Amino acid sequence: MNPHIEYLLRLGDSSLVLGQRLAEWTGHGPVLEEDIALTNIALDLVGQARLLLTHAGRLEGAGRDEDALAYFRDTAEFRNFTLCELPNSGIERGRAHGACYGFTVVRNLLFFAWQAQCWGALTDSADRDLAAIAAKSAKETAYHLRHAADWVVRLGDGTADSHARCQRALDQLMPYCNELFAADALEEDLAARGIGVRGADLKAGWDAQVRAVLEEATLTLPAACAFTSAGRRGQHSEHFEYLLAEMQSLARAHPGAQW
Amino acid sequence: MERKEWPLWEVFIRSKQGLDHRHVGSLHAVDAKQAVQMARDVYTRRMEGVSIWVVPSEAITASDPDDKAEMFDPMADKVYRHPTFYKLPKEVEHM
Repeated sequence: MNPHIEYLLRLGDSSLVLGQRLAEWTGHGPVLEEDIALTNIALDLVGQARLLLTHAGRLEGAGRDEDALAYFRDTAEFRNFTLCELPNSGIERGRAHGACYGFTVVRNLLFFAWQAQCWGALTDSADRDLAAIAAKSAKETAYHLRHAADWVVRLGDGTADSHARCQRALDQLMPYCNELFAADALEEDLAARGIGVRGADLKAGWDAQVRAVLEEATLTLPAACAFTSAGRRGQHSEHFEYLLAEMQSLARAHPGAQW
Repeated sequence: MERKEWPLWEVFIRSKQGLDHRHVGSLHAVDAKQAVQMARDVYTRRMEGVSIWVVPSEAITASDPDDKAEMFDPMADKVYRHPTFYKLPKEVEHM
């Protein structure tokens, strides 16, 4: 696949898949106001995905539109970070957990802080369409990040129970952040051409932002580890196919349906 | 575990064209900062506004509905308080 298109899919799929995860909260939010807030954020993410996938489809020139890319690709063709696909319940085995709001807001903090850095850098992209999408998305992400940071501080520095849930989430999620910054040939190529940005160049800004919030939230960063997930190369976790099945079932049962 | 309701806030939104903040509804939030944030999500998602005020509902003192007769009814037959008996010169266009 053309690396430029693949790079757009990475960005678009990450927004789409996290949007789908957050949409799972619709109707199940802890309070009505949060239910609406999270649904708004999910819709913003799906909106970002629409722009990015449409742009990728046009560049490809094979007649695939946003729907074809979102609903008619299979697991290995998706290029999202693994971080975005992990279930809202957290990931340890052997113990049944329901969806955890702490896990949701900690993941949001980690990913939206990355997105904020990424959009900032991409507004100078040589791909003018991508630069425009980045400029539009940056405003949305600034709010998403504020929402996430606010909740991480409230819950992290809240009760013993809410603190423990957020710490558990952070311990489980931090290893998946390695993928956001790990060196990668495709990213290197796109950065050299002025289209994309190296994850490594986003690390310092991300670190500063995340650490400041975690400190206020009285949460402790787990020790660094070498594990690096590979969702952006199409190697996904065991959770991903379930998400995809739910997301794609309607479009596949009724191809071309409109409402 | 003790379970408390979050306090109630009244939300006022100023639209792009409007000069005044108008009451649009209420919501529950932990504090004022969160109330503004939630008001943004609940009441401005269709571009309704450019400015938000939130006020703790408990800070509002309301008139008693049972006092309606003495409070408001006396005004019903005092049409002369409306400035509708003047002839306006044509030159005054927007009154």
